[in-house]
Amino acid sequence: MAAVALLEARALTRHFGGLRAVDGVDFDLAQGEIHALIGPNGAGKTTFVSLLCGRVPVQSGSIRFAGQDITKMPAHQRVRAGIAYTFQITAIYARLTVLDNIALAVQSRGAGNLAAESMAALDRVGLASRADMLAGELSYGHQRLLEVAMGLALRPRLLILDEPTQGLANSEIDAFKDLVRGVVPEMTVLLIEHNMDVVMDLAQRITVLNFGQVLATGTPDEIRANPAVQTAYLGG
Amino acid sequence: MTGTATKVWALHLGVLAALLAAQFVLPAYHAGNLARIMVLAVYAMGFNIAFGYTGLLSLGHALFFGAGLYGMGMLVALAGWGAGAALVAGIAAGGAMALAVGLLALRTAGVSFMIVTLMFAQAGYLTILYYTPYTRGEEGIVIDRAARVLLGFDLSQDIIRYFAAFALFAAALLVKLALVRSPFGRVMVAMRENEERSRMLGYDPFRIKLAALVVSGIYAGAAGAAYGLLFGYVGASFASIQYSILPLLYVLLGGAGTVLGPFLGAVLMFYLIDLASGITTAHLLVVGVALLVLVLFAPKGILGALRDRGLKWLP
Repeated sequence: MAAVALLEARALTRHFGGLRAVDGVDFDLAQGEIHALIGPNGAGKTTFVSLLCGRVPVQSGSIRFAGQDITKMPAHQRVRAGIAYTFQITAIYARLTVLDNIALAVQSRGAGNLAAESMAALDRVGLASRADMLAGELSYGHQRLLEVAMGLALRPRLLILDEPTQGLANSEIDAFKDLVRGVVPEMTVLLIEHNMDVVMDLAQRITVLNFGQVLATGTPDEIRANPAVQTAYLGG
Repeated sequence: MTGTATKVWALHLGVLAALLAAQFVLPAYHAGNLARIMVLAVYAMGFNIAFGYTGLLSLGHALFFGAGLYGMGMLVALAGWGAGAALVAGIAAGGAMALAVGLLALRTAGVSFMIVTLMFAQAGYLTILYYTPYTRGEEGIVIDRAARVLLGFDLSQDIIRYFAAFALFAAALLVKLALVRSPFGRVMVAMRENEERSRMLGYDPFRIKLAALVVSGIYAGAAGAAYGLLFGYVGASFASIQYSILPLLYVLLGGAGTVLGPFLGAVLMFYLIDLASGITTAHLLVVGVALLVLVLFAPKGILGALRDRGLKWLP
């Protein structure tokens, strides 16, 4: 990968008591790629991306994003700097309308015409006709979609998706894959995903975490062929 | 959306028009009550900005009301300031006090925030009593009639007092309506609904909550300063715990997170206490029963319940 690095993490570490959730991870994201992060449950994937987006403070190591050291930057500033995170457990504003949900994202990045750009952002994921519904009344799949739409509406440089397809039907997963393919290369996507079909289909590169450490990084084919990964994760 | 905006403005301007007309229709006793209620409703509106919209349950708002009341009253009584300048100073004192308390108290949340704000307010109340030589303590300061003249109007006259209270109320209502319908208002609600999500949309929870609390303090300070000027009395009881709970009751009754709820709650609670105390000395019992009924049957308050049952556009 000779591409320009958007994000570089070096020796990133976070322990919780005796648990080495993230333990000396070196990690690079190339501008415009779709990068998947996989690993068994408890491998430290969510903790790792939480360090990247600032939800969990870094214990040691460093993170550079777009040439800037963001290791100590608070989470809300990282969002403004261009890192968007969509929650593993859907975290929309259930008691607000769908339109208010998306408008909160759109106005955060500073839009010229808030109403129009909010509707455009909803239109992009096919939720425009439900703009006036309460977000909590949407079906589960639509709530996941709204969550992703809020991330997209921030127009981030890096979009972190934490298990976005969990609980979605197959038809919804296909639509989701098209959506993600459509945002690169303007955005860079970091995807935590358990669904191997989605990972192999979407990702250009894959990083495998195990016990808080990087087990392997490579293309889908390289990862499939990697014996260490097969033993640890893919089950031979 | 424009249909909604029309309904919203028609309702709120209609309420203001009715209040303006009420002065000419109501008997003097009720007009006097209404003037008092409108000032207290401004206080409750401020409380609602923090509690109803931003989700900050403070038990220490009497400190901000008291800051406005004493900020105005002591400048008039001790320094001989004019009513206008003292009113502005009182409003500023409310905001400044909220800023100071917020910088410290907003490091906490939930129950801790309630306790910390309560302690600050108690400290403020005791400070007023401690400096009795200046504040006149429990006895309070009576503001001379001569000092209660604003822009040439004698605020001790019933009709002028009513219109002064109305002017303050109208300004506070319209500013609040604009605020909660603005993008910032949406962010305040976002903080109430899900702070972590809001942070991950790029909003700094501390700054948003601090800004909301300062606006809330400005409202409370304005109400306190106006109350002292209009009714001519500045007393320590207005800074006591009772006056921290009062706006909470108004807001819960009328509907937290609604623009008109605090006013509706203030009217109903005022007359509930007024009527009950004519019947029994245990009028607080009646208030308690009313609150129980409210919690059981309309936990979101009157306007909150109406909003759930069809009036979705109610801001």
